[in-house]
Amino acid sequence: MPGPDLLSSQGLRLDGRRPNELRRIQCKLGVFTQPDGSAYLEQGNTKVLAAVYGPHQAAKSKSLQDSVVVNCQYSMATFSTGERKNRPRGDRKSQEMSMHLRQALMAAIKTELYPRSQIDIYVEVLQADGGAYCTSVNAATLALIDAGIPIKAYVIACTASLAWKDGEPEPLVDVSHVEEAAGGVVLTVASMPSTGAIGLIEMSHRLHMDYFDTVLSRAMQGCKDIEVILDKVVREHLAEGWTKSDDAITI
Amino acid sequence: MAGLLLSQSEKLFIVHGVQDDYRSDGRSNLDYRPMELETDLVDTATGSARLRLANTDLLVAVKTEIDVPSPDKPDLGKIEFNVDCSANATPQFEGRGGDQLAVGIANLMQAAYQSSQAFNLKQLCIFEGKQCWKLFVDILILECGGNLCDAVSLAVKAALFNTRIPCVKAILMDGGDVDLQLSDDPFDNKLLDVGTAPLLVTLCKIGDKCVVDPSAEEESCSVVSLIVGITGTPSCYSDQENLAEVGGKFSTIDMNGPGSVAPKTLKDAINQGIVAAKLLDKALAKALINERKENIRTKKSSYGFLK
Repeated sequence: MPGPDLLSSQGLRLDGRRPNELRRIQCKLGVFTQPDGSAYLEQGNTKVLAAVYGPHQAAKSKSLQDSVVVNCQYSMATFSTGERKNRPRGDRKSQEMSMHLRQALMAAIKTELYPRSQIDIYVEVLQADGGAYCTSVNAATLALIDAGIPIKAYVIACTASLAWKDGEPEPLVDVSHVEEAAGGVVLTVASMPSTGAIGLIEMSHRLHMDYFDTVLSRAMQGCKDIEVILDKVVREHLAEGWTKSDDAITI
Repeated sequence: MAGLLLSQSEKLFIVHGVQDDYRSDGRSNLDYRPMELETDLVDTATGSARLRLANTDLLVAVKTEIDVPSPDKPDLGKIEFNVDCSANATPQFEGRGGDQLAVGIANLMQAAYQSSQAFNLKQLCIFEGKQCWKLFVDILILECGGNLCDAVSLAVKAALFNTRIPCVKAILMDGGDVDLQLSDDPFDNKLLDVGTAPLLVTLCKIGDKCVVDPSAEEESCSVVSLIVGITGTPSCYSDQENLAEVGGKFSTIDMNGPGSVAPKTLKDAINQGIVAAKLLDKALAKALINERKENIRTKKSSYGFLK
């Protein structure tokens, strides 16, 4: 296990954070005027833009009689990673991410309210430095709120990993790219912290069952912490009005 | 433009306005809308710029790679343009929906930068015939509010202005191999000379007259638009006073839309484009030099999309 390298003898991580410390979160709602809802979210050096269109009439072939169709697209800018990507979307990883995004967001959206309709959620990763999926989920939640689409609770995603300190397991929250690349386990959880429900859980590499609970609880705690920050931003945004009216150019 | 519907009378109002050189948002036919420009916001790229022209929002990032020059041009580097229409702009761009528009813009930019008088590719040469820099200019379209081509060319020029290429020493080894030595100092880099980089100006023919920087509404009123690529004025970008006033050369032309133009209108439109491009280039140079000075004096925190 590559554990010991992830924590210094002082118990600090490679980027100087404590094991239970999140990266800096900065966000803004209503970045664009054309989509019904949009949000920009930075978690450390991971930067994501999300846009929501809808609910609008669904295409005949897709339309469902009893619930809304949630359509997600995850795309990574070609310059988002250290090495240039050839395709922004359509590769296996982005398709998998789109499916996971849909899974997590469907758990929260009140789908029964809009039968025969469709909601489009587009996520664009501008810079990826670990936890791009989590940041995407969080940004999409903010965009859904900006669009005024009813959701049951905030869906928040967070990652956790496991390191060793003096022979004791120490879970790490909000894993950065360097820690991901070190080869340890990465557990991704998308949950609704206010209800405690888990919408999606995914893990890479292997983890002993004995430590699963500690890592999971650290990730869930991370979700709770992020929710507090995002909730504050949403409330501030709503207090100052929906979007700046001078942004719109009309003829 | 995507998802825009105008009634007959709304269109007539716009056409009459253009006829009287007074457009629906109060501009004259040669005026651009206000723009916001910020450089150096993507950490993973060597140069980047974000431009917001009214509702059009673009992010351009330049990435560098080391490549082998093509055999017929051994002393030239390479530049490649790549446009990605993000679905954030409109749901029609989902999947491969934006590809046609993207390829169109990328080809136009490639054509405009092709000439040696537009962009000097010799500055990207590391070792003649063996190694050169390849610039990947990735353009991400985040919101469409009309006049994409002009905005793309401005943002690309700004991103190239912001690009710093690391200094590399190339030594010819035995057997014809080239050994590259990269400096340890991350500040040991050189800036690109972008003075002559071309700008695209879209001239939208509405009625008998042409307007620059059409809004999405105006675009839907015109049957044909001309896009001209005009090379920049290097004297604006350098401190040397004695540089001759060159530039304003015409490097590419393209037409969009189902209509046609008379040769006389074409000539007038090109002249109007050259005038507009020169004014635009001056304003861009002023903004970029200002931003660079500010960056040197105080390390300002970037606003990005948080503003």
